[in-house]
Amino acid sequence: MRLLGMMLVAALGLTAMPVSQAQAQSDGPLRIEITEGVIEPLPFALPIFEAETGDAGGLAAQISQVVSADLSGTGLFREIPANAFISNISSFAAPVQYADWKAINAQALITGAVAVQGGQLNVKFRLYDVFSGAEMGSGLQFTGTTDGWRRMAHKVADAVYSRITGEGGYFDSRVVYVSETGGKDARQKRLAIMDYDGANVQYLTDSSAIVLAPRFSPNGDRVLYTSYETGFPRIYVLNVGSVQRRELESQDGTMSFAPRFAPDGQNIVFSLSQGGNTDIWAMNIAGGGATRLTSTPSIETAPSFSPDGSQIVFESDRSGSQQLYIMPAGGGEAQRISFGPGRYGTPVWSPRGDLIAFTKQNSGRFHIGVMRTDGSEERLLTASFLDEGPTWAPNGRVIMFTRETQGEGGRSSLYSVDISGRNLRPISTPDGGSDPSWSPLQN
Amino acid sequence: MTTTAKILLLVAGLALAACTDPSRLGGDGAGGGIGGAGGPIVPGSANDPTSAAYFNQTIGDRVLFAVDQSNLTPEGQVVLDGQATWLLTNTDFTAIIEGHADEQGTREYNVALGARRANSVREYLVSKGVAGNRLRTVSYGKERPIEICSNEACYAKNRRAVTVLAGGLTG
Repeated sequence: MRLLGMMLVAALGLTAMPVSQAQAQSDGPLRIEITEGVIEPLPFALPIFEAETGDAGGLAAQISQVVSADLSGTGLFREIPANAFISNISSFAAPVQYADWKAINAQALITGAVAVQGGQLNVKFRLYDVFSGAEMGSGLQFTGTTDGWRRMAHKVADAVYSRITGEGGYFDSRVVYVSETGGKDARQKRLAIMDYDGANVQYLTDSSAIVLAPRFSPNGDRVLYTSYETGFPRIYVLNVGSVQRRELESQDGTMSFAPRFAPDGQNIVFSLSQGGNTDIWAMNIAGGGATRLTSTPSIETAPSFSPDGSQIVFESDRSGSQQLYIMPAGGGEAQRISFGPGRYGTPVWSPRGDLIAFTKQNSGRFHIGVMRTDGSEERLLTASFLDEGPTWAPNGRVIMFTRETQGEGGRSSLYSVDISGRNLRPISTPDGGSDPSWSPLQN
Repeated sequence: MTTTAKILLLVAGLALAACTDPSRLGGDGAGGGIGGAGGPIVPGSANDPTSAAYFNQTIGDRVLFAVDQSNLTPEGQVVLDGQATWLLTNTDFTAIIEGHADEQGTREYNVALGARRANSVREYLVSKGVAGNRLRTVSYGKERPIEICSNEACYAKNRRAVTVLAGGLTG
């Protein structure tokens, strides 16, 4: 935890430090193994964080609520309602009455305190393993501006999630997506960015031209996307902070789309259509010409790098229907990895490197699925009239995607699902939404 | 398209006696037929055989495709024969050929499929003598459906390539 604490100090004016002396981490039973079996969510109690300053009460309540929502939203945790509490936490510093929390079967107890001074916010928390009767890890505190209170709540939840599951967190992250308004034959699209849970939506472009499939850079500072603003699909890079955008160089008479960053954040892969044929190309984002990575008369598109940058997974209909292939990052011989019934598209390599998420079409239904990188252990996570375009949470445990409903009133919206197939959840956005891309965990 | 074209022809108050099926008319390459059938020709209107409106409504601006296919149907070739003849006569026009897909398919694949469809049309027109530098292509994938139901009746109309006329070549 110390290490995480130090990393958190790094950016955005947030500072984190141990609340008190370091304490040996408990090896108690408080542990969720994220496996494929049915999981009984772990019950936790989270009394509203203590307000340490007079004006911190409102933020303390809001922060507590966001931490609870983050944890409950995973499907791995279940919040015990406050009216079941036997004792309350009178003060963040007071000793915990474990028996009172055991009695209501709270396996984890999360306590916290919030202080506001000027525009500065300080949030402290402790995690207790109730049945072991011990604190789990040491307390942490985060300091930042009051505007950033949601991020501090997400950081608390990430730390709790991480300590209990042993996995990296994903709550302090953002999603860039295409916001959609209007009917199916009059759809308006513009880029939007939001927190992973749908809060803090901001628009990055107007809807004067079709925009498609934004993709975050590896450190989340930029977004690649496709826009029709010249009348033809072309690739743009947009700086998230300044909202400045730049059209990447392209050859006249061609269409370019489906861009994605390499792990180095400098090179990209994308599809280029020329004379009706679509192949995969690579280029440096600074310019200087593109390199062709595939040369077949079939459609090659939707390329995605492995996290180590050595390979690219993509889709091709060279066999007669859309299937998934992996080739070396510099091009060359490709190995087909999808062999089940139906068509496979939009492959995305997991940030952990272990799985590939994809869209599958079979018998008139669409699915989001995952498979190992050799194509084995295919698992379909969803099924609907139209599910497509998976994106990975930074910890490789959750997938967000687009679901479009059927018929005249068809509408796109964002959903997330655990890679076990559990916990399918709609993500609330102000308008329709499609083509999500999940950022890395923020620093 | 056929129904729309017929309605528009009626509205234009033309003597339709000589006119049969508009698509056949296009196919026969008889581009000048209607204007000559009587009545004043309003420049730029659908009864002006040199107008974009005439091209769109009488020749037929679009061809349809089978599911996941980009090869031209015999009906499509008839329409394109009419387009080629018209373009060879009306040399001031350029065109952008828009390829489209129905909603059954992933976004990127449908952009690529629309590119194939637009290119099929372009190649056919070029094979009939239309200069390649007058014809550009673009694909909208599944982004611009004209019909919005989720069944084959609508999908069939959305799987299309539309020849959109634009202003003249410079010079």
